[in-house]
Amino acid sequence: MRRFARLYAELDAQTATNAKVAALRRYFAEAPPADAAWAVYFLAGGKPRQSVPTRLLRAAAQRRAGLPDWLFEESYQAVGDLAETIAHVLPQGAADDDTGLAAWIETRLAPLRGLADAEIEARLISYWDMLDWQGRFLLTKLIGGGFRVGVSRLLVLRALAEQAGLDPKLVALRAMGYTDARTPPTAQRFARLIAPGDGAGIDAGAPYPFFLAHPLADPGTLGDTAQWLVEWKYDGIRAQVVRRAGQTWIWSRGEELVTERFPEIVAAVRGLPDGSVLDGEILVWKEGDRPAPFALLQQRIGRKTLGRKILADAPVVFMAYDLLENEGRDIRAEAQHARRARLETLVAAHPAGGLRLSPLVEADNWAACAALRADSRRRGVEGLMLKEATSAYGTGRTRDTGTWWKWKIDPLSVDCVLIYAQAGHGRRASLYTDYTFAVWTGSGADRTLVPFAKAYSGLTDEEFRKVDAVIRKTTIEKFGPVRSVLPSLVFELGFEGIQQSPRHKSGIAVRFPRMLRLRTDKKVEEADTLERLRTLLAVSNTT
Amino acid sequence: MVAQCADDLVVLRPEGMYCPPGDFFIDPWRPVERAVITHAHSDHARSGHRRYLAAAPAALVLKARLGGISLDTLAYGEPVTINGVTVSLHPAGHVLGSAQVRIAHGGQVWVASGDYKAGPGFAAEDATCEAFEPLRCDTFISESTFGLPVYRWKPQSAIAADINAWWAANAAAGRASVLMAYSFGKAQRILAMVDAGIGPIVCHGATENLNAAYRASGVALPATRMVSDGLDRADLRRALVLAPPSVQGSTWLKRFGDYADAFASGWMQLRGARRRNAVDRGFVLSDHADWPGLMRAIAATDAARVIVTHGQVPVMVRWLQAQGLEAQAFETEFAGETGAEAPDTAEPAKPAAADAAPIDETGVSPA
Ligand SMILES: [Zn+2]
Ligand SMILES: [Zn+2]
Repeated sequence: MRRFARLYAELDAQTATNAKVAALRRYFAEAPPADAAWAVYFLAGGKPRQSVPTRLLRAAAQRRAGLPDWLFEESYQAVGDLAETIAHVLPQGAADDDTGLAAWIETRLAPLRGLADAEIEARLISYWDMLDWQGRFLLTKLIGGGFRVGVSRLLVLRALAEQAGLDPKLVALRAMGYTDARTPPTAQRFARLIAPGDGAGIDAGAPYPFFLAHPLADPGTLGDTAQWLVEWKYDGIRAQVVRRAGQTWIWSRGEELVTERFPEIVAAVRGLPDGSVLDGEILVWKEGDRPAPFALLQQRIGRKTLGRKILADAPVVFMAYDLLENEGRDIRAEAQHARRARLETLVAAHPAGGLRLSPLVEADNWAACAALRADSRRRGVEGLMLKEATSAYGTGRTRDTGTWWKWKIDPLSVDCVLIYAQAGHGRRASLYTDYTFAVWTGSGADRTLVPFAKAYSGLTDEEFRKVDAVIRKTTIEKFGPVRSVLPSLVFELGFEGIQQSPRHKSGIAVRFPRMLRLRTDKKVEEADTLERLRTLLAVSNTT
Repeated sequence: MVAQCADDLVVLRPEGMYCPPGDFFIDPWRPVERAVITHAHSDHARSGHRRYLAAAPAALVLKARLGGISLDTLAYGEPVTINGVTVSLHPAGHVLGSAQVRIAHGGQVWVASGDYKAGPGFAAEDATCEAFEPLRCDTFISESTFGLPVYRWKPQSAIAADINAWWAANAAAGRASVLMAYSFGKAQRILAMVDAGIGPIVCHGATENLNAAYRASGVALPATRMVSDGLDRADLRRALVLAPPSVQGSTWLKRFGDYADAFASGWMQLRGARRRNAVDRGFVLSDHADWPGLMRAIAATDAARVIVTHGQVPVMVRWLQAQGLEAQAFETEFAGETGAEAPDTAEPAKPAAADAAPIDETGVSPA
């Protein structure tokens, strides 16, 4: 635990990629395999279920530190991170524990789940007392499920590959499915990641690393359209369908195994031969020629159990757009157009309602593409995907073997008024960066602002500082961490979807709202109205 | 809201904290006739007063900062009578010459702390000033810069070891170690802490001015050099460079090439503050009391009444009231700890108001 805590501190403090890789390599060189197995799991984004509810963590820390609720809350507001707050307020303990990470997780943390509150509290306090500051901070992060540190999964795997003297792409391939919550990391699984030789050594149902697209502003530089496969950019869940050994596995891009959640897809691909891996998008598709809004898929994912009603209300299809494994062979190095041809053959040979082939968009030049793209919203898609015809299927955001571009439509936007603000967390804990926005409703003397969206991204640090200063000067009232402010700032707020929502006061919910810019040129009175939001709603949902 | 009584020995006036029977001010922020100065930091010692009274060890640093002022000094503990009020100055452990002002009159004793630090057992850690002296009093006027329980300092020896290790590692890698610290107090404390055997020490001009005042006051500091002394490249690459935070991002730093940088400040305790300051390292080193230090100092005074000045005022007042003390606030114009960006989080929160937050939870979160 001490060793992993030190690594965490180094990664947390360092900004340079090389220094991070060096710290990771040092760790992998020293740590026993069982501990390293867990370290890779956490660093690569593995998320075990939270073993202790946050309220218990807080209560135990308050008790150990002898702090009343309000003072703990003040401290939390100042720090902006619960685990860090807890680590700071706890009095010094013996800090003499030398137990390894794996033993901590398996024999101390995992058994906490389901114990009586009083027992959990007693154990937590005894654990904190065994650790120094870094150890307490890390432990609390691990228990609370908030473990996150500034390294990407690929960087962790790259460091591991360098340390083992292997190709990073091979290690990334072997690591597919490693962080799935169902199979705990072990020394054996870790050994398989770094085994010498170029054997893939992957689990039976493991997917391939996803190839990710880069955002495109203007296709003008891409040359002849004939060199590109153009498809619609769907707004669903990116997934791989793996057919091997008579079984089906469905993996989300987060490498979560989601097979059971989509029985329609499992049924639809049952006929595909063993040794087939398809890449595509899971979409809710009722009748008609366009997918349902993402929100419906979101609702379905939110359900714990899949009842008959939700299956009927939100039926899904798999929109296949790439083939990564064919007849048991990894064909990712083949050209995009060749893989596409194989995919077409495969899908045509096994027709099923829940398995579709992502259609190619036919256009002779970029202007024609742009015209089609402008029609995206009506088609229920987010824009276009441009895939280099000669491109191999890369790993992550690689560009060296060809590129995928996503050419998205501009978001919907309205001008709205800032009415509530809340302090940010982490890096922005001392600034008011989380805002609630409102638009006008009613007329004449009854004209009021109705809140409709929250957003906390899109401004530069400099802009946030400016807005923060205005918020402090125009505060009307404080409610805990929230301030209501005198309406004085107009923002252009962009979002990617809009739909009706009886849960909201405005009757409308927007998807992925973010601040596009501060409209210093607009007065509060000139902000948009709820009427305009309703118009956008009507336009964007027309079939 | 300060409930002031007719016989209070210190009250708040627009000019600053005022002692009515003695007719003098303590660290006033507007020009006055007679100012008792706790220490030479600029928010406590301002120019423009007619007469100054300060502790004798503060004389040279005060003059270095304020020039030719009319200054009277007192040895620590030496009483003087001002308009029938007995005044004496006692070590506050903050910086060289820092003092608590003890005021005795009409059977009452009041102590105004100025800024202070108070480690375990009030033991001396900082070699550049005398350690905090706990004084029994009826009313204690306390600062509260770090008045939250998240602020707990490690012993100075541990911080010194961290700084030395950082410096030594940089020197071994051929990189200068630029350590940003407030030029008066913090910088000299660091000079007295570090292992001068690791390499040469280079000070910024602003820091070197104060070094001179410290040395002239009899404080032993290791040899320091300035950039103008013409160090060669090899020396610069092994050097510890002490400079005020204002140099961050300035061309002055260019000469050090590929250097490592760090901040020394109490604010560095929080990861968020470390990130905002965008330096490689943050050393948690403060000349103010941490939470346990504030509690320790207040308890040692035995005061039944505490008046809280700059810092985490509402938090401290509420906490002290809950401990059964009569606690109040003075709204002063003191600044707290400088030297790094301070999080502005000293805000009173209504109890149990979080659920009253009128936020309409909107927007589907990203999957
Ligand atoms: Zn000071
Ligand atoms: Zn001060």
